[in-house]
Amino acid sequence: MAHRDAGFVRRWLTEAARAVERDADRLTELDSAIGDADHGNNMRRGALAVVAALEKEPRTTPGAVLLLAGRTLVSTVGGASGPLYGTLLRRAGKALGDAERVADTELRDALRGGADAVAQLGGAAPGDKTMLDAVRPAVEALPDYAAAGAAAARGAADTVPLRARKGRASYLGERSVGHMDPGAASAALLFGALARVAAAEAAAGGVSDG
Amino acid sequence: MADRALVGVVLVSHSREVAESVARLAVALAGGGETAPVTAAGGTPDGDLGTSSELIADAVRRADRGAGVVVVADLGSAVLTVRAMLAEDGELPRDTRLADAPVVEGAVAALVGASAGADLASVVAAAEDAYRFRKL
Repeated sequence: MAHRDAGFVRRWLTEAARAVERDADRLTELDSAIGDADHGNNMRRGALAVVAALEKEPRTTPGAVLLLAGRTLVSTVGGASGPLYGTLLRRAGKALGDAERVADTELRDALRGGADAVAQLGGAAPGDKTMLDAVRPAVEALPDYAAAGAAAARGAADTVPLRARKGRASYLGERSVGHMDPGAASAALLFGALARVAAAEAAAGGVSDG
Repeated sequence: MADRALVGVVLVSHSREVAESVARLAVALAGGGETAPVTAAGGTPDGDLGTSSELIADAVRRADRGAGVVVVADLGSAVLTVRAMLAEDGELPRDTRLADAPVVEGAVAALVGASAGADLASVVAAAEDAYRFRKL
């Protein structure tokens, strides 16, 4: 079983920020169909702030990296994705405590706790056409990182035929059907980044066994 | 009016204009002289539409006279941001409550109650009762 350090989590979040930057226009397009057309900009602002915060205030444990990233998202995003993603990361960070290295299963359990906290915060159930429709299947596929990335992408694609039951899109009722949920799309970017970083680490042989 | 500290009321909206206008409206409708402290956290620090945890934390601190603070928020990120802040230790004073209340009616009810010296739980209840102000 592989163990992950602060560097792994930092590389993950940096890679996720890159993916958000690359896909910001697509996120905004998705959000203009059923939301208020700010998801790409909001996520880009949050991602840049996370990268800047992690450079300015280096953290030495996976938990502390996640806590700082989560806090930064809550305070910089300006839309609902701030408190939602912020809660996901912050709660996961808290669960990991101050361990310098965490097992893949511990990271999975921490992210599962984060997803539970997101569900509690937003009151969303599976199939409500939210970020959780991508986050949940990804977390359940862990510790297989490649499978998690694929599960998140599939989860996002599977939101297309759903009717939104949370957030502004829910006001559209049936007219929200036929569009991918922007939050699920950004969650797929987050877990796609995790899969790439884990694959790169495995390829480099940098994984320590414990 | 009681001599003890009054509960504060904070308006959180996506829009600075909405938050500040509702605060002014509540003061006007609470009527007659001094009211309890009421502050507004609307939009982002740049003046755009959105929600700012920084502005919320600042507005709560300014409304806090030691008797607690009741927050009334509009929707979406305004509600989620306040709830996410309440879920973390130390982001807001301990006696901060988010009222499950409509913005205008809830703000007026909360400020009337708070200005009359009601305690924290009663001000929350007054704001939440505002859902029952039927209009038809």
